[in-house]
Amino acid sequence: MRKYFDAIRRIAGNVVTVQATGVGYDELAVIESAHGESLAQVIRLEGQQVSVQIFSGSQGVSNNDRVRFLRRPMEAIFSEDLFGRVFDGSGRPRDDRPMPAGRRIPIGAPPVNPVMRHMPDKMIHTGIPMIDVFNSLVESQKIPIFSVAGEPYNELLARIGMQANADIIILGGMGLRHDDYLKFCRTFEEGGALGRTIMFIHTAADPVVECLLVPDLCLAVGEQFALQSKRVLVLLTDMTAFADALKEISIIMEQIPSNRGYPGDLYTQMARRYEKAVDLEGAGSMTILACVTMPGDDVTHPVPDNTGYITEGQFYLRNGRIEPFGSLSRLKQQVNGKTRNDHRAIMDGCIQLYALCRESREKRDMGFEMSEWDKKLLKYGELFEERIMDLAVNIPLFEALDRCWAILAECFEPAETGIRRALIDEHWPKPRVSTAPTGKEKAAKKDESKQLVTA
Amino acid sequence: MATQLEQAVPKAANAKIRAVYGNLVVVEAEGRVVQNSVAYCIRSDGVRLLSEVIRVRGQAADLQVFEETRGLKVGDPVELTEQMLSVDLGPGLLGQIYDGLQNPLPEVAKQAGYFLKPGMYLPALSTEKRWEFTPKVSIGQRVRAADTLGTVPEGIFEHCVMAPFGWRGEYVVEKIAPRGSYTVDQEIAVLRDRSGDLHSVSMQQRWPVKRPLMVCRRRLMPEEPLVTRVRIIDSMFPVVRGGTYCIPGPFGAGKTVLQQITSRNAEIDIVIIAACGERAGEVVETLRDFPKLTDPRTGRTLMERTVIIVNTSAMPVAAREASVYTAATIGEYYRQMGLNVLLLADSTSRWAQAMRELSGRLEEIPGEEAFPAYLESRIAAFYERAGAIELNDGRVGSLTIGGTVSPAGGNFEEPVTQGTLKVVGAFHGLSRARSDARRYPAIDPLESWSKYPGIIPQADMLKMRRLLQQGNEVRQMMTVVGEEGTSLEDFIVALKADFFDNCYLQQNAFDAVDGATPAQRQKFVFRKAMEVVDTELKVQDKAEARRVMFEISDLFRNWNYSAEGTEEYNRWLQAIDEFIATKGQRRHA
Repeated sequence: MRKYFDAIRRIAGNVVTVQATGVGYDELAVIESAHGESLAQVIRLEGQQVSVQIFSGSQGVSNNDRVRFLRRPMEAIFSEDLFGRVFDGSGRPRDDRPMPAGRRIPIGAPPVNPVMRHMPDKMIHTGIPMIDVFNSLVESQKIPIFSVAGEPYNELLARIGMQANADIIILGGMGLRHDDYLKFCRTFEEGGALGRTIMFIHTAADPVVECLLVPDLCLAVGEQFALQSKRVLVLLTDMTAFADALKEISIIMEQIPSNRGYPGDLYTQMARRYEKAVDLEGAGSMTILACVTMPGDDVTHPVPDNTGYITEGQFYLRNGRIEPFGSLSRLKQQVNGKTRNDHRAIMDGCIQLYALCRESREKRDMGFEMSEWDKKLLKYGELFEERIMDLAVNIPLFEALDRCWAILAECFEPAETGIRRALIDEHWPKPRVSTAPTGKEKAAKKDESKQLVTA
Repeated sequence: MATQLEQAVPKAANAKIRAVYGNLVVVEAEGRVVQNSVAYCIRSDGVRLLSEVIRVRGQAADLQVFEETRGLKVGDPVELTEQMLSVDLGPGLLGQIYDGLQNPLPEVAKQAGYFLKPGMYLPALSTEKRWEFTPKVSIGQRVRAADTLGTVPEGIFEHCVMAPFGWRGEYVVEKIAPRGSYTVDQEIAVLRDRSGDLHSVSMQQRWPVKRPLMVCRRRLMPEEPLVTRVRIIDSMFPVVRGGTYCIPGPFGAGKTVLQQITSRNAEIDIVIIAACGERAGEVVETLRDFPKLTDPRTGRTLMERTVIIVNTSAMPVAAREASVYTAATIGEYYRQMGLNVLLLADSTSRWAQAMRELSGRLEEIPGEEAFPAYLESRIAAFYERAGAIELNDGRVGSLTIGGTVSPAGGNFEEPVTQGTLKVVGAFHGLSRARSDARRYPAIDPLESWSKYPGIIPQADMLKMRRLLQQGNEVRQMMTVVGEEGTSLEDFIVALKADFFDNCYLQQNAFDAVDGATPAQRQKFVFRKAMEVVDTELKVQDKAEARRVMFEISDLFRNWNYSAEGTEEYNRWLQAIDEFIATKGQRRHA
């Protein structure tokens, strides 16, 4: 028998307060109004006053409507039939097909015991040198793409998703524009990945509460697949929309804001989601790649700032390129020692030189005379940007490393690169007979310095 | 002695839930309510959720629940105890991995599988493991709190079994267990107090985490350098045993890596790692690596000297607040045995944020950036738990606390950083500019400071610091007047400052040799670097100066990468000496 409560005391924002008993914290409710049924979640209990947050908003809810409690928390459906399907932020099909049958799984379940995590050690090859060489992506990593509106971040996200070769792709769209959603669909379809993709999409036109549930749904489903030894890649875009939804709701709930209106638990709320990324000891893994748009290109804005503290690095996307400065993969050290012996040296060396090149550029722009050294750096910077940094470059890791050596040899003397001698001896491109005299000079100098050391 | 769970169980439920909001529960109590005591909220499926009383108003009490409150209902029963939130202390702590409430995580995994299970609280110390006890007191002897009653070997240490810390006055040993093997909950002694009452003592005792544990004759001035084998710290901004330091820095600047390498290489007896509200992945690295790594000083695995307290960001927030206290209490316990302990807390900002979240729920009047007004005093009280002490029997023990701070936006002008800077003895500020340029460790040599003595003579250290400052001034001037507007002399100063920065202060944490420089080698390399700086270069122009300094930097870097005593090491050193002798004209010599 269904039990209804009809003493609605207050309607404000998306929150409705009803008088009820025997209600559990966090449990689901249904509000039946003249406009139909809408789902809601218990967010506060105070004596007999139960506050519920309505997923689709409180518009049209009247104080004569009635509320029914479902005796269970928010759940997602888990089954093999999810592939190729699109759902909305409350888990209903978005693609006009019937609800798939499957097991109900709770969302926002307890975290993985840290001792059951496997140490991440599998590199994900993306074909993008700025990632593979300089900030390798690792299975089970959680990493965002920081960018501003207008940058092709969704394209980059989709491209990495396609090339990363995961068993399962789960896309969570938050505040997505409808045409972006269609673009994702098209990319996955053209890449033949639709059969292993599940989408949970909240578009900008949908109720704001549903936005909050998108990451939870994606991650709950992804976690189940990871438990079945699948390698899952979760793409979330845009986490700033998620944070803004949190802000909106917490302010309606009269929470004291901490920074620019965001709630004090913004860090915890985001961390609980990102931390779902995991490599399970003896089972599969879940990798999270998210987009975070930085309002006003300001990385100190609370959303990118808190994200940076949670995630294992970040990629900065600026002017259509992944920036070498600021971009960081915290897990790269787990994998880049095992690829090729020069990987780390190239990674550090090339960036240090590029940093110097920036300084030289600044000097040049201020009209100072360029020394020989400055000129070398300027040349290096140009080659590096054109042959490595450009997003259009799509080459495997070893080829990218070789290309870096070639650029270094074209611009510098070995000692100027700051790379240790043993690696120079092994990898510095050997001058061919056909090359210009500069090549021979370099070789001569190299031998000379070697002799000096051995002498 | 009983476990935390059993001890805390009162006769019956004595309160009822009135409201639930996030992890805050308001209860209506029947009798006595003790501030900061432990309580259990009993969910309708029988699961008992650990909580703490944080505010009392008449018969209403506000509880913070250390678990998710999902499923709790108005009217659910609550058990209020009179116990403070406490930890178990005894042999078997070393090598353990606990959550913020001292639940042994490997044991939880055995019972609950991949996921943590709310309401599952297991004994912190195994009651099955037997320890070889050797008595150190005889019947009739008088003892005071924290006096050693006997010892058991725990890994490489002689673990002291001590008289309960909270006792006052003298006690007489009435009974002491003979040499033999015992479990932590077996009686090993009976002590009689002044009024003639008998007290049974086991190897395990409990201590409330929020009360500092310090039974000693006096506190000492911390002066003995704590060598971390990170050159920039030991040589320029030293830390001492019993001191405090903080590492604030924006994300990605390398706070955690710095903490990790310190936990590996620090020359100290015991390391306690408190992973507080940070990533689980980082802890996993430590968990997996430490059992495999050997401590060169003892030849045993690093795990045997380490206790890990994990309360990652996904784990309940309230327990995050407790976790740093749990870590400090365990550190203080080992200090009472005359050992040197290092507590690394990563990150104290997350701990402060946990306080902020709770304060918000309590609807307290917020201070700056919505942090509670008592933030600073809490930070100060936490760092004050560090210190070197002379124990009652004359031995010396120390607890050093190093905390990372994660300031919002990397801006140090925020409450947690400022509150911390007031109370620590050394400040290792990480800079975004340095980490962007891959200059690791990204400790800013111009902004950081330390009030402690180190391994390098003060005068030498100051001289190099001055060089760095001068170099910086020249660099700044050069951005205005350009290289051509700078004198050769100034230009060389800038190059030398760069050299010292690149070849001494920077260190490759992932290189087996360069990653950890022992004190002896540091002193030697430091002197060598000073010699280079003191060398008056024989150069004609800036291009040559640059070339020459590149050369010496190259030699130095390669030298840093060579293991001491190898042929390679000697070869590079020889080349460096040659460079100094010829004033940079080595090639042409």
